[in-house]
Amino acid sequence: MWGYLGRRVLSTIPVVLIVAVLIFMMLRLTPGDPASVIAGDAATTADVEEIRAKLGLSGSIFSQFFIWIGHAMQGDFGESFFYKKTVASLIADRLEPTLALSTLTIILATVIAVPLGTLAAYKQGSWLDRGVMGLSVAGFSVPVFVIGYVLIYVFALKLGWFPVQGYQRLSDGFWGFLHRLILPSFALAIVFIALLARMTRTSVLEVLNEDYVRTARAKGLPNLKVLVFHALRNAAVPIVTVIGISVATLLGGVVVTESVFNIPGLGRLTVDAVLARDYPTVQAVILLFSLAYVFINLVIDVLYTVLDPRIRY
Amino acid sequence: MRLPSLAKGTLLAAAVLTATLAAVPAQAQQNTLKVVMHSDLKIVDPIWTTAYITRNHGYMIYDTLFAMDDKGEIKPQMVDKYSVSADNLTWTFTLRDGLMFHDDKPVTAEDAVASIKRWAQKDSLGQKMNSFVKEWKVVDAKTFTASLSSPTGLMLLALGKPSSNVPFIMPKRIAETSPNEQIKEYIGSGPFVFKTDEWKPGDKTVYTKFTKYKPRAEPPSGMAGGKVAKVDRVEWRAIPDGQTAVNAVLAGEVDMVEDVKSELLPVVAKDPNIKMFDQNPLGNQYVLRFNTIHKPFDDPKVRQAMFYALNQEDFLKAVHGDAKYYKLCKALFICGTPLATDKGMEGKLESNFKKSRELLAEAKYDGTPVVLLHSTDLAVLTNLAPVAKSLMERGGFKVDMQSMDWQSVVARRAKKDAPNAGGWNAFLTSWVAADVLNPVGTAFLNSSCEKALFGWPCDPEMEKLRDQFARETDPAKQKAIAEQVQLRYLEVPTHVHLGQWYRPVALRKNVDGLLASPVVVFWNVEKK
Repeated sequence: MWGYLGRRVLSTIPVVLIVAVLIFMMLRLTPGDPASVIAGDAATTADVEEIRAKLGLSGSIFSQFFIWIGHAMQGDFGESFFYKKTVASLIADRLEPTLALSTLTIILATVIAVPLGTLAAYKQGSWLDRGVMGLSVAGFSVPVFVIGYVLIYVFALKLGWFPVQGYQRLSDGFWGFLHRLILPSFALAIVFIALLARMTRTSVLEVLNEDYVRTARAKGLPNLKVLVFHALRNAAVPIVTVIGISVATLLGGVVVTESVFNIPGLGRLTVDAVLARDYPTVQAVILLFSLAYVFINLVIDVLYTVLDPRIRY
Repeated sequence: MRLPSLAKGTLLAAAVLTATLAAVPAQAQQNTLKVVMHSDLKIVDPIWTTAYITRNHGYMIYDTLFAMDDKGEIKPQMVDKYSVSADNLTWTFTLRDGLMFHDDKPVTAEDAVASIKRWAQKDSLGQKMNSFVKEWKVVDAKTFTASLSSPTGLMLLALGKPSSNVPFIMPKRIAETSPNEQIKEYIGSGPFVFKTDEWKPGDKTVYTKFTKYKPRAEPPSGMAGGKVAKVDRVEWRAIPDGQTAVNAVLAGEVDMVEDVKSELLPVVAKDPNIKMFDQNPLGNQYVLRFNTIHKPFDDPKVRQAMFYALNQEDFLKAVHGDAKYYKLCKALFICGTPLATDKGMEGKLESNFKKSRELLAEAKYDGTPVVLLHSTDLAVLTNLAPVAKSLMERGGFKVDMQSMDWQSVVARRAKKDAPNAGGWNAFLTSWVAADVLNPVGTAFLNSSCEKALFGWPCDPEMEKLRDQFARETDPAKQKAIAEQVQLRYLEVPTHVHLGQWYRPVALRKNVDGLLASPVVVFWNVEKK
């Protein structure tokens, strides 16, 4: 196991290096010039050239890459072209909102979808099953920004139960933090509830027909116990995989929800940086996302061994 | 109808939870003004960039020597008194008493001179004005002079310039930073203090009242007069989504939205708790810029044809819809301002396609496609290029419209490559009207070939006229020169002006005192 973990950690090095090369080259090949953006409308060509030199963009792409990667390997991701703040501090500021939003979303999705999917499987063919699957299709079909605006209209503007927008840091009080996160998390969770409920239903249906479930029932165990300890546990591997992939997707994919609910997270930082061609910020954020993907996949693999003792590395 | 007990219990729990969460102690917010500006503040050096949001930040924390009032006249601001010698070659300025920087140090003439020098290296109007100055000299702690090589009418126009780059006054040690490097300290002498520790890019920018600021005694007028801060704290909230910003002001979570999208204006305007305020009566001006170094716009006659192919209303209607948010204006230097004139505009900008085709035939236009850059991500620009394409095609042009985000347009327009090799022929943009009030300030009129802005027009006659305007001190004669500039612009066009547009600010009804001015400023604003 430890050998496996060591090999997996080592395997992240080429992955991150390839991501680094790709993102660096793609950014440089994308039309757009941060120096022109900074210089503004009234700048002359000479002004733009001077700013480009100050930003370190006048050398060849290769020399720029080696300077950047050299610093990055020492943990120095440089300074944002625009904010005059270190990229590390910008990311640190934006990490908490995105992590908080993603975590609450996954908790909501899991707490709602797994029981619903399990019940749907248990009551296969009933109105409950059809209802859950119908809602699941609806959850997939409605874009998250539509759900967001509808929730804001009903629960914030009309009922006044929640704020329209904004984020409060955890250090400024737990209730305020939670109050502002409920609507965006729920809006974001709906698609994951749909996905997880379907996946759970399918997995549980498969194991419900297994011999060991029949045996458990034959022993006279209550239905709840059979469902939770025999069926659900054995159906957990694909469910955990989906939850893990959802976490990874959420980290980089919450930009729409962050915009609709005005949450200053990593998604918005990435979009702003891409639109402004803030190369150091984009490069660092994408590297962070790739590391997060690798780490989450590793955690999922380890969880497999916990949930299914037959799996060994 | 009786609710099942489970449903009742759930509703009760939800109500209790919501009440608990909503009862989170709020900060005392009565004297904090929360505002959604048109953009997030990214760059904090108003001399290093011309970005309007950075200019607005400048007005929060810095002060200016002169300022433009609501009649467009330049009035002293930090300056107590000034004089000009009989030969118009020496200007003497004396600062007001009691001016302090936010670090508790007094504002001196040395600070003012250093700040002017840095600004004059970056700003085009500043450069022009400074080309007449032989020497800036500090006389004493409060007095400085400018010795000129020849008289100019630009001194006050430049020092009282309301829009980017604004000659803000900084401490000498900061103003000595190269103009092509960003400053690292943000100390001004304006009515608000920048809270760097609370600045979270992408989230909020915070300013607090500078209690030692000494406002002028005159009532506020435009950018001029007494700058009295009536709120303790101003927070600029970054809300990039237009719908969310509107929702926030409707719910009372913010007090003001500077830039409400056209399609949302009716929603906001009908809310009883909101008032709309036309804060910038001068508005903004749309323009189509030519690249004059490539075919077909290297021929002035082809450029003249555009004045016949295009009309203003189609552009304005396509973006703003409601006629109360735009104005047709044939005057190059903004309708309602001293230099505005319709001279030479008869029959132009009325989509006379026949005349456009005739001019193209005279110019022997060979059907070379016009590469028209189309910005797709800024709501106030997105609809312009498709309108231009349609009108140009009806006027006899072939058009190759290429769509991209605004930053790609910004990068592409700086390229002199041939249009079919990554260059361009035309693009559309917008200027704040305050930036285009005279021939020298209007950057697109600069026709100094290589030194001109992208598009690189080359016209010695136009430069001669702009130089005459810069030297002229008599307003009546300046007006006459401005008319000649407009006529020359129609003969050898550098761009096409496509009308004025306005964007009212949305305010909660308890917010009062916002001033009508070219820039949104927060002195005199109070919450009731």
